[in-house]
Amino acid sequence: MAYGEKLIDHYENPRNIGSLDKNATDVGTGLVGAPACGDVMKLQIKVNAAGVIEDAKFKTFGCGSAIASSSLVTEWVKGKTVDEAETIKNTQIAQHLALPPVKIHCSVLAEDAIKAAIADYRRKTGKAAPAAAAASEPAKVAAE
Amino acid sequence: MATKATEPTKSAVTRNIPLPIYLDYQATTPTDPRVFGAMLPYFTTKFGNPHSRSHSFGWESEEAVETARGQVAALIGASDKEIIFTSGATESNNLAIKGVGRFYKDRRNEIVTVVTEHKCVLDACRHLEQEEGFKVTYLAVQKNGLIDLNHLREAVTDKTALVSVMAVNNEIGVIQPLKEIAAIAHEKGAFFHTDAAQAAGKIPLDVEAMGIDLMSISGHKIYGPKGIGALYVRRKPRVRLHALIHGGGQERGMRSGTVPTPLVVGLGKACEIAKNEMGTDNERIRALSDRLYNGITKQLKDIVLNGDRDHRFPGNLNLSFSYVEGESLMMGIRDIAVSSGSACTSASLEPSYVLRALGVEEEMAHTSIRFGIGRMTTEAEIDYAIETVVKHVKKLREMSPLWEMVQEGIDLKSIQWSEH
Repeated sequence: MAYGEKLIDHYENPRNIGSLDKNATDVGTGLVGAPACGDVMKLQIKVNAAGVIEDAKFKTFGCGSAIASSSLVTEWVKGKTVDEAETIKNTQIAQHLALPPVKIHCSVLAEDAIKAAIADYRRKTGKAAPAAAAASEPAKVAAE
Repeated sequence: MATKATEPTKSAVTRNIPLPIYLDYQATTPTDPRVFGAMLPYFTTKFGNPHSRSHSFGWESEEAVETARGQVAALIGASDKEIIFTSGATESNNLAIKGVGRFYKDRRNEIVTVVTEHKCVLDACRHLEQEEGFKVTYLAVQKNGLIDLNHLREAVTDKTALVSVMAVNNEIGVIQPLKEIAAIAHEKGAFFHTDAAQAAGKIPLDVEAMGIDLMSISGHKIYGPKGIGALYVRRKPRVRLHALIHGGGQERGMRSGTVPTPLVVGLGKACEIAKNEMGTDNERIRALSDRLYNGITKQLKDIVLNGDRDHRFPGNLNLSFSYVEGESLMMGIRDIAVSSGSACTSASLEPSYVLRALGVEEEMAHTSIRFGIGRMTTEAEIDYAIETVVKHVKKLREMSPLWEMVQEGIDLKSIQWSEH
């Protein structure tokens, strides 16, 4: 399969590989996918007091597209607030990496990984997700 | 990075190895230059139609075709008249299965085959089953990839027309017990067909000693040209079949169409070389295969060899690299041409049905790579492959959440995975 340059760059020089302390309260961990399906992503975020993601790490078992998708999202979430990070869509990932149609599920998994990491962070810190209209009141959550 | 080798590694350049390296000999083989040389005159100067009876162009071509027929026959202990030229093993398998099935259908409408057969065998059987009222039994295989002869004995009945079991498996290289299978088929009066696309010229085959009634052969798997193959059809006792392709009645009426002289000459030459050099070829291939296996397993743990350790063609080394997905490994070792059982390399996104049939768990099937070693493979290429594979597996394991969990002592089976 022929891949785009950005994808190959992320595969060959993956950003932010590694692990954060999953027991720390300011770290949210998302583990999505299944070995039987051929891809598993672990994405971790470290959130500061202002609700900003100051570090992100990943480990991925999967094809080149899965590795590139998770590498890319660690770059994207860094410096964003948790609520901003939550708005990242798989279509943006797929478009940025020029994923071929059969690899779209890799970008879906990366989006799921962000959501799972954020959910874990919120669970630990007791911070509820913003109300249904998530985007309308992002400041409130950050301020809590 | 932790994965960087501590010693300076010799690059392909300093070793003077041309890249990329070809380790996919089950997919196809390069045409041996000696084969190519033998074929050339039959494209240009000796271009006659071998079926032309009225002039020397035809006679010259016919003579070349008959010489080739003899070379193919000699490789498998058959007589010349038992060799039918086809377009390749897919056609040979179709002709054997549909041809024999249809001819004997009134008396015998059952076929016995195996779940790990090549798709063209399975698809031909499926066609007879769904469209033409045959009963097909698909035998399971054991963990080592071999069939259980007791199961075969139970499956073959006096309604069985044909038992079709491949000689060497294309994905995992295991060799089925052909002689024993033939004996069981014959006990019930059934014929035995073997798809020998991956076996002819690689392992000794003798249709008489082994009791084989039909055998499919492919040109491009044995350093011959693509687009040519053969079907061995036993004459004593005579195996009869319905043709698939009708026309001028060439190939004893079993396969009409002008016989492609250059391709047939190439197949014949390839068989002749294989017969003469099988011993030395296999000695080299076995040594290279052992070198590759030992070189990798000495430096990496949790490597699984798929398929039986002993009953195998050594030119096929199918390994599972636990916790590393196959396609991502192939991307890393891009200058080495291999195949993977990973779903990600297939159009269907399903992992290899052959590995699944062995009971290899899906997560392990996703991590498999098939290394194919052949006549042109060199020791330097194998060493480069070892070095490259080890380096990338280490790197990808450092990146693998599964590897991390296992190192932490977590049982992956205890995790509630979100299947997607």
